[in-house]
Amino acid sequence: MSDATAPNAMPAANPAHKKSSLFVQDALTRRRNRAEARFRIYGLVAIVVSLFVLAIMLFTIFRDGTSAFRQATIAFPITLEAEVLDPKGNLDPEELSKVTTIGYGKLIGAQFGNFLAAEGIAVDGISNKDVAGMLSRDAPGRLRDMVLADPSLIGQTIDFSAYATGRIDGYLKGRVTMETAELDSNVSIEQLQLADILVEKGILTVAFNTGFLTNPDASDQRPESAGLGVAIIGSLYMMMLVLIFTLPVGVAASIYLEEFAPKNKFTDLIEVNISNLAAVPSIVFGILGLAIFINFAGLPQSSSLVGALVISLMTLPTIIIATRAAIRAVPPSIRDAALGVGASKMQTVFHHVLPLAMPGILTGTILGLASALGETAPLLLIGMVAFVTNYPAGPLEGGVMDPATALPVQVYSWASRSDPAFIERSSGAIIVLLGFLVIMNVAAILLRRRFERRW
Amino acid sequence: MMDDMRLVERDVEQLQSKIEAKGVQVHYGDKHALKDVDVSILDRTVTAFIGPSGCGKSTFLRCLNRMNDTVASARVSGKITIDGEDIYDPRVDPVQLRAKVGMVFQKPNPFPKSIYDNVAYGPKIHGLAAGKVELDAIVEASLRKAALWNEVKDRLDASGTGLSGGQQQRLCIARAIATSPEVLLMDEPCSALDPIATAQVEELIDELRSQFSVVIVTHSMQQAARVSQKTAFFHLGNLVEYGETGQIFTNPKDPRTEAYITGRIG
Repeated sequence: MSDATAPNAMPAANPAHKKSSLFVQDALTRRRNRAEARFRIYGLVAIVVSLFVLAIMLFTIFRDGTSAFRQATIAFPITLEAEVLDPKGNLDPEELSKVTTIGYGKLIGAQFGNFLAAEGIAVDGISNKDVAGMLSRDAPGRLRDMVLADPSLIGQTIDFSAYATGRIDGYLKGRVTMETAELDSNVSIEQLQLADILVEKGILTVAFNTGFLTNPDASDQRPESAGLGVAIIGSLYMMMLVLIFTLPVGVAASIYLEEFAPKNKFTDLIEVNISNLAAVPSIVFGILGLAIFINFAGLPQSSSLVGALVISLMTLPTIIIATRAAIRAVPPSIRDAALGVGASKMQTVFHHVLPLAMPGILTGTILGLASALGETAPLLLIGMVAFVTNYPAGPLEGGVMDPATALPVQVYSWASRSDPAFIERSSGAIIVLLGFLVIMNVAAILLRRRFERRW
Repeated sequence: MMDDMRLVERDVEQLQSKIEAKGVQVHYGDKHALKDVDVSILDRTVTAFIGPSGCGKSTFLRCLNRMNDTVASARVSGKITIDGEDIYDPRVDPVQLRAKVGMVFQKPNPFPKSIYDNVAYGPKIHGLAAGKVELDAIVEASLRKAALWNEVKDRLDASGTGLSGGQQQRLCIARAIATSPEVLLMDEPCSALDPIATAQVEELIDELRSQFSVVIVTHSMQQAARVSQKTAFFHLGNLVEYGETGQIFTNPKDPRTEAYITGRIG
């Protein structure tokens, strides 16, 4: 053979090779090692930088947001005077509802003043209006709701606890100080001095704020009573509906494309377009939803149903891509085995391929839902940024048609309000949103572990 | 030695033809993978297909139970009959065909289910068992025929994928024979097995011959010589030579066959 001469020719052509020692690195090896070391450093730097940025982000959110979960409340006894609340004295619900929150507000203000006087608490130069102004504007409404729900309370003295206003709340959390109060027309130095005394007496306390998770949104004048109740319900409704809409459609489409569809130009076109859909800016889906679901189909705007439909359109490509990848990852030998014993195409898919692809499908679906949970832009366009103070009805009573907001939209709408108390709540809402995302990701991991099988 | 061969030859001649192939052509897209194959496979006989890689032997095997249907680019022409019925007739449902023509693959591929479910799957989907008792009987009989029963009878609920390679392949054989096929196709069934497992499977193939027509594709000429009565040699998509195993290995008629079995091509 002609190759036979080659081994003899080699050392002659490159005599350096023969003398090289294994203990000495040659120039080429050194260069390759340096390149590898450089690459490792780049990688390490990239990871450190991203972790640092993540840490800063989480730190700011938690620094600003954790205080939203604590709220200052003022507790004092209140006598529900019958002559004010039930002027006719007949406990007729219709008559009772004629007393507005203004009437209740006056009652609460007077009672709070009386209570302070009886306790001997006084601050020089504080007006009655300022004393009553320490209580949230939300208090009369809540007291009225309590009385209307249970008219037998009239005439009794009850222990009532009202939110302190955002400024007093901020003073206890360190957001408002005596210096800022001087420049602030919404709060006076005397109010803060009174607050100090009330804290000492244990009347004004800061405690865990369940209202933040259950209350509906509140207007600019009473940040202290604003909560995420409606947003959480809206987000939950939307996630449920998105799951119902996308999982069957997405899985069916993936199975068809992956296992049944003929491979031709047309299916190629569909595949490319599904991938492209996943990259369409979400605001475009919002406009689409506005045009089709609200203007054309006439579905109610601001409803979680429309929000879910729009988000479904966005999530569908993600789920299809994840599901197809999961189906493709099932080894072909399993399909051969099933077809070989005479299973039909559909039996092969449903008895063998789908169960094996399930962990991947579920993971993809949950991650798709998680990204849908944080979607804001399309919801702005379909009116879910509205100010909603009524809880949507239960899911079986058509609650999905009722106006609602969603968590990320609530973050957006609070972040754009002027009162600093809303900044705190905005960060708090982000923490709640992150909490939901963590729960969903953990669920994805657990489901994958649960369904994963060896083959 | 020659006397033995003649005895085998006489045996074979009394048997009936099970599968007849006439002018079978297979194209994968532009590639002409199988060219004009004529062959007659006998009942209750082990027929070995040998030949170098890419010669078309597996392709032809997969024509016999229409597994090539699942390959989008494959085109099969010609005529293949089983018991006189054309399996490429439009009236034939490949699902029914595959219940009649079982297949064992190169790599053991048990379902990631229990041993019992692996074997019971075929009978279940074809409605071969009227109840749990019958199904149990089929599973036991199939595992016994596959010489696996004694090893797994105490752990039928264990996963089929947890068995050793040789056990997995015998489980796949049990799964294939559970639907009571008439023909058993084996595509290099021992290529992933160690010599001991190979010997077990070969012994099993010899026993299966009493009930089925077995067609085995193999790379090992020794294996073909050990287990088969008839051998077909494929080369570059052509069926070069087909005859008694003894004759093929001792007295090949075609020079290409001789070159292959003496190790000069392949």
